[in-house]
Amino acid sequence: MAKITYVEHSGREHVVEVRNGMTVMEGARDNGIPGIEADCGGACACSTCHVYVDAAWVDKLPKKDAMEEDMLDFAWSPDPVRSRLTCQIKVSDALDGLRVQMPEKQI
Amino acid sequence: MTHIVAIGAGQAGAALVARLRSQGFDGQITLIGEEPVAPYQRPPLSKGYLLGEMGLDRLMLRSDEWYVENNITLRLGQPVESINTDSRTIWFSDNESLHYNELVLTTGSIPRRLPAAVGGDLAGVYTVRTLADVDAMRAEFQAGKRLLIVGGGYIGLEAAAVAAKLGVDVTLVEMSRRILSRVAAAETSDYFRNLHMSQGVMILEGVGLETLLGEGRVSGAKLSSGKEIPVDFVIAGVGILPTTRLAEVAGIEIDNGIKTDAQGRCSADHVWAAGDCASFPMGEGRMRLESVGNAIDQAELVADNLLGAGKDYVPAPWFWSDQYDTKLQIAGLSTGYDHIVTRGPAGDAVSFWYYQGDKLIAVDAMNDSRAYMVGKRLIESGKTADAAKVSDLSVELKSLLK
Repeated sequence: MAKITYVEHSGREHVVEVRNGMTVMEGARDNGIPGIEADCGGACACSTCHVYVDAAWVDKLPKKDAMEEDMLDFAWSPDPVRSRLTCQIKVSDALDGLRVQMPEKQI
Repeated sequence: MTHIVAIGAGQAGAALVARLRSQGFDGQITLIGEEPVAPYQRPPLSKGYLLGEMGLDRLMLRSDEWYVENNITLRLGQPVESINTDSRTIWFSDNESLHYNELVLTTGSIPRRLPAAVGGDLAGVYTVRTLADVDAMRAEFQAGKRLLIVGGGYIGLEAAAVAAKLGVDVTLVEMSRRILSRVAAAETSDYFRNLHMSQGVMILEGVGLETLLGEGRVSGAKLSSGKEIPVDFVIAGVGILPTTRLAEVAGIEIDNGIKTDAQGRCSADHVWAAGDCASFPMGEGRMRLESVGNAIDQAELVADNLLGAGKDYVPAPWFWSDQYDTKLQIAGLSTGYDHIVTRGPAGDAVSFWYYQGDKLIAVDAMNDSRAYMVGKRLIESGKTADAAKVSDLSVELKSLLK
């Protein structure tokens, strides 16, 4: 279980507990948090679940694979360091306190 | 208070009601579904869910609480019997009725079945469309069992990949000259044929099913080549049909799907349609798309138009398929291409670019998200790409966007 803070582009914060094994995308979806669309449902096929991870968390997350890097490169206004696709981040206890910010829009 | 009712609780229905609320609609919303479950994702049914890697909880599009919080009434497991578009009434099969101000048909599609005349009604013969379909067939996926897949489209190939991974002995027959012939170029067919053959799947092209054999339960199949093979179970992946029965009975115009105008309106007043079931105007003719992307985009457009946006639908087709470790991503529509330009392979990545004259119309990208994303951007913005640059691996793909 991890407590995750999702920050909408407007600055509105949502703090929710997400079960281990779910993805950060699914945590937003299941709690009805706007700003993460995930049209493909988590198949790393659409790049509409893009967030900016809080700088302090960048190195604590599992690394991006090549496919995620490529998809992110074409997301809306990506940041080379902080951008991630939330469907590719699995939740574990180690992610307790994670903070992510949604971009202005998804593609 | 305005009451918007959607019939069909799949991807399009779910996208519609979510959009209505996110755009500020505060009237009454009812989402009616024939299946007994809240809207879920269908794509994993033939992939991760069938394989057992993804559970039901991860399949749901929204949590139960979300519908409550957003004041959306779900009526699940309640098939609609008929619609009266004059009195704007829906009748359920138990004779209960419901009044609407605006009705959206998001009824989706149903798989074609193998006719009973060729054994399609035998036990052990399945289609892949609903959760119930997949739950019913799952126990059959045991190592050493013999599976016959009829139809070499994406559904059949994805099911073949799952089965092969689980040690099932798979034979796939495709009646036409090659697998994926309806939706892709020969290059893509070749790629997937090689992939499946390397995993031990037997692919027979130009071979149809003559008849299934067995009494009560399928035990074999006679193929059009004359060969008879023993079979433990069968999956038919022979296409889907738009679900139009309700609309038809209500006197709503049908034309390869429920006919809509560019904004999603049907021929009857206050009735709209979106998703797999809807055919919309495209150029001189009409088009109907069977994909998640289309279901979402069209449903969101209809939601906006219900609230007065007055927008026309501009499809931006995209699609994906996962088979073994290959991710296929498709941008655009390949119908009408006259030649293919190949990029790669580079490592496990290869992409096929479909051209009509000089115009880029679609890209099939295997393990190459860059090719997919660049192709998608180009096609959606009406641009093309120089074929010599596409095929030159030393040219960075992103430069094609300039």
